[in-house]
Amino acid sequence: MSLPALFFYLFASVTVASGLMVISSKNPVHSVLFLILAFVNAAGLFVLMGAEFLAMILVVVYVGAVAVLFMFVTMMLDVDFAELRSGVLQYLPVGVLIGLIMLAELVLVVGGWGASGALPTTRGGSPIPTDMTNAEALGRVLYTDYLLLFQTAGLVLLTAMIGAIVLTLRDRRTDVKRQDVTLQNARKPSEAIEIVTAPTGQGIAEGRGVR
Amino acid sequence: MEAFLHVLLIIVQSVALLVALLVFIAYILLADRKVWAAVQLRRGPNVVGPFGLLQSFADLLKFVLKEPVIPASSNKGIFLLAPLVSCFLALGAWAVIPLADGWAIADLNVGVLYIFAISSLGVYGVIMAGWSSNSKYPFLSALRAAAQMVSYEVSIGFVIITVLLCAGSLNLSDIVRAQDSAAGLFGWYWLPLFPMFVIFFISALAETNRPPFDLVEAESELVAGFMTEYGSTPYLLFMLGEYVAILTMCSLTTILFLGGWLSPIPFVPFTWVPGVFWFVGKMTAVFFMFAMVKAFVPRYRYDQLMRLGWKVFLPISLFMVVAVAGVLQFTGWAHG
Repeated sequence: MSLPALFFYLFASVTVASGLMVISSKNPVHSVLFLILAFVNAAGLFVLMGAEFLAMILVVVYVGAVAVLFMFVTMMLDVDFAELRSGVLQYLPVGVLIGLIMLAELVLVVGGWGASGALPTTRGGSPIPTDMTNAEALGRVLYTDYLLLFQTAGLVLLTAMIGAIVLTLRDRRTDVKRQDVTLQNARKPSEAIEIVTAPTGQGIAEGRGVR
Repeated sequence: MEAFLHVLLIIVQSVALLVALLVFIAYILLADRKVWAAVQLRRGPNVVGPFGLLQSFADLLKFVLKEPVIPASSNKGIFLLAPLVSCFLALGAWAVIPLADGWAIADLNVGVLYIFAISSLGVYGVIMAGWSSNSKYPFLSALRAAAQMVSYEVSIGFVIITVLLCAGSLNLSDIVRAQDSAAGLFGWYWLPLFPMFVIFFISALAETNRPPFDLVEAESELVAGFMTEYGSTPYLLFMLGEYVAILTMCSLTTILFLGGWLSPIPFVPFTWVPGVFWFVGKMTAVFFMFAMVKAFVPRYRYDQLMRLGWKVFLPISLFMVVAVAGVLQFTGWAHG
């Protein structure tokens, strides 16, 4: 077996195994950690396919940012395992049903795609350009060929972000003291402190030396 | 047979780099403590060996020979995995760093992104340690780490993008080559991109949890942060990972802004000096700045840290990306 094939089977099997562990491990934090393992191995698969730019972006975006936020949330969950287990039988039929429907749809989609021999270009994807780097090829597709779609996607994300900010921005309480950084930075030593020589045995007058 | 020799060569190179790096770390650690001591008018470590030169090795022996204590209520697997993750990820970043022309173990086309990805994974060491310790201070530290490191990654990302725009490549060696000019040290990117250089330096401090941004392990608030429950070898691995990550950031600063292995004065006697000396010299100079900042800047408050990251650095770096791209496009300096 050649080296790339060996690595393919290694990455692929670890991805599938950790994907299974994501849904089967009892502790949600373990689930997130297995999800991260699955992402990293998927990045390995991308590298094997020659898509090193995508691989790195996958790690930066999904592992470095998205999964950190997942982790942030799941870490703070207070999970009662006994309560979780008691509900399993109740939810099992619905879960199995949804799973079966999803599986059937996936099989139909992939099967239909494979059966339609009419569109060979959609099967193998676009040919991989050999005369330019990954980043250049992707940039050409995103910023030249599909500029409008790409920018629209960006606008949709921006809208979602503004929506999230508006939802969390409650009206500010006025009884809380907040620091105004510009005021703070504008303070000078001459306004903030006063140097006094305190005569022995007399001290200084009340309120002096303090502002 | 040829493939086998190739793999063997890579292994030999990696081991050589690792050994050199670890010895260098031992002395960088000592230098850090010495600089800190000098600023505070102390002597610093001076007992083990002449001028304390063997202090780091004595520390290593001490840590390794101690018994690792694992808290009974901790999540043992993750508790022990965390220091390994933080140490191995930090060391892994060095695979792509070109110490001199053609000296990178893996000269990746996406070298910058690789380092960025690896350094963004560094946060997991802290989060895993904080959560698995099952103790309050480490947990608070893990929450702080998650927010802090993600925030400063954003501005680091934009700084890297501006440099990439100027260099026209994601390859670290190509970025250094793009700074090679007759102007020598004034042709490097620190001069035209000076604001980005400053932002990168400060963000690198925050990303590696160095003072004044060491809120993750603020001893006055959180005992020792995520490392509270750790001792002996696992603690050593955390320290090692931290310093390797710091050195990675120093070398990245050198590559992106200070011309990597290039000689600062492009004349004959100086260009004869092997590139690796210039590289290590520049890296050490950047580390000296790291050490000085640690010695004389007081720790930030957490809300100040977040304000600096999101309200100061992010808008400036976003604006700079647009401005630099515009200048490159309209003056025709852009590559390709």
